[in-house]
Amino acid sequence: MTATIDGGRRHARPPSPRRHTRLKSVILHGVVLLLSTWVVVPLLFALVGGFKDNGQLSTNPFGLPAPWVPENYTSVLVSGSFWRQLFNSVFIGIATTLIVVVLSAMAAFVFARFAFRGRELIYTLFAMGLMFPFAVAILPLFVLLRTFGLLDNPLGVILPQAAFGVPMTVIVLRAFFRTIPREVEEAATIDGCTSFGFFWRILLPMARPALATVSVLAIVASWNNFFLPLVVFNDPNWWTLPLGVQQFYGQYSSDTARILAYVVLAMVPALAFYAVAERQLIGGLTAGASKG
Amino acid sequence: MTRPALTYERPETKAAPPRRPRTSGPPTARRRRMTGLVTITLFLLPALVLFGLLVLAPIAVAMYTSVFKWNGLGGLPTQFVGLDNFTRLFSDEVFLGDLNRGALLIGLSLLIQLPLSLAIAMLLNQKMRGRAFYRLLFFAPYVLSEVITAVLFTSILSPESGLANQILRSLGLSALESSWLAEPSTVMTSVFLVMTWKYFGFHMILYLAGRQGIPKELGEAAAIDGAGSWAQFRYVTLPLLGPTIRISVFLAIIGTIQLFDLVWVLTAGGPIHSSETMAVTMFQFGFKRSQIGYASAISVVMFLISLVFALGYQRFVMRRDTEGAITSMRDQR
Repeated sequence: MTATIDGGRRHARPPSPRRHTRLKSVILHGVVLLLSTWVVVPLLFALVGGFKDNGQLSTNPFGLPAPWVPENYTSVLVSGSFWRQLFNSVFIGIATTLIVVVLSAMAAFVFARFAFRGRELIYTLFAMGLMFPFAVAILPLFVLLRTFGLLDNPLGVILPQAAFGVPMTVIVLRAFFRTIPREVEEAATIDGCTSFGFFWRILLPMARPALATVSVLAIVASWNNFFLPLVVFNDPNWWTLPLGVQQFYGQYSSDTARILAYVVLAMVPALAFYAVAERQLIGGLTAGASKG
Repeated sequence: MTRPALTYERPETKAAPPRRPRTSGPPTARRRRMTGLVTITLFLLPALVLFGLLVLAPIAVAMYTSVFKWNGLGGLPTQFVGLDNFTRLFSDEVFLGDLNRGALLIGLSLLIQLPLSLAIAMLLNQKMRGRAFYRLLFFAPYVLSEVITAVLFTSILSPESGLANQILRSLGLSALESSWLAEPSTVMTSVFLVMTWKYFGFHMILYLAGRQGIPKELGEAAAIDGAGSWAQFRYVTLPLLGPTIRISVFLAIIGTIQLFDLVWVLTAGGPIHSSETMAVTMFQFGFKRSQIGYASAISVVMFLISLVFALGYQRFVMRRDTEGAITSMRDQR
């Protein structure tokens, strides 16, 4: 409104800056809305499509379901396998996170607080781990796990996931531990604290934000992992959600509505987690890049 | 998942390794040294063992099995074939195609996906209503697993009743209808679109974080000197975003080299190998056809490609940002 009045009053001056910003803002919103549509439409299509039957999906792809068919969702929710997969994903995610964070925190403590021969060599070895894609190791990993008898065993997924999480976690935690002033450690030592006491009772509590960040990264990585569970778990009882989704898709490939319902239900935990832990997740992912 | 952010630190100029005080007499000092060594060993060993056993050892195993012909059964491989697997690999049209397709996906990512993400990050850096919400929304697909994304898009891109074709039809663009994933000529474009849908938000978030690290005063100073918004972007923001862009490029390339989940669920490499990636070929031979030796050779080549790329990139491209944080061991004390 104000822009038109102002524009009229100042029409002598060439381009009114305010009109200019207004035009810019319209374009800005236009572009952003277009992009939002591109992101949202597939998700919305799945959510709404899950309430249709397959006939409706092909005759009425855009509208709301008529009638609403909740059976696709309810049939998944009453099936034991969905809940079983959800449980497996949660269990494997938490176990992986605990192992990787505890072991990496201990290692990062040593890297940050002790000087010893070969420190940089070992640290470089860990850091190199960042560059090895998971896919490279999957086949020999399978051979090794088979030799150890860890196929169809949750440890066969948990331990390798933890091992591949070590480099990132060590790097982030070491950087954080280094920011804690030496005076804190000296004070603790004077008060009779051992190294372990300092680590356990002072350093870890102080590092809570960094620990939260690396935990969130580890749990998300585990949650989304597909390749490793795919080769390790033959037994459906151990399947995680990504495996379950893929299997369900193979089994009901012609029943699109049912697949959409399954996909939506499988998305819910990840999106809910994202809503809760958004700050740690984004903070963790960008920590390195913004420091560069 | 793409490997998330890397953390680099600037090299320390002042020597400041944590050091235990060495003031007191010999006996205490030696005891301290001993307890120090014990602590170091106890704290470092678990992570080192896990890492060595499950990250480094597999790579060594792959190198060993890649020189054998082996179906994976019964103890150790025995039929030594030298470098035959590798010569076979480099005359295998599917594998050579994998390399081409990988290069294509990397090229498309660098030319389309990353510039798009950068543009959006710059847009969302302006003051506008709902900015935080859009940021949250654009990043959301990154949180979904590749499998879920892929299953979702197979139904959207299905030829008969898929949403994509339905939309084109209702817009009167039936000429553009396609079988997307079932058609060798469109399958790579489709895979790339799905990749972009899932990953552009991640790169956007990286750029946004990098942008926030640039002091506002620089842009303002440029504006006072008469720089328009394009000139400000080109001569102030873009150069200062350099480190972020270089990391984002690195992550995009490493992610594409190991691409598996998305392609496996979308197309399983088909139709007729036209969307196969190195990891898919490796999986086919290793887990479906029991040619473990040959598949190991593919793993080794993937490893070497990643290694050479990563080292070269760190050495020549990110040199200014990291000063050899990973590639060269600095001042060992």
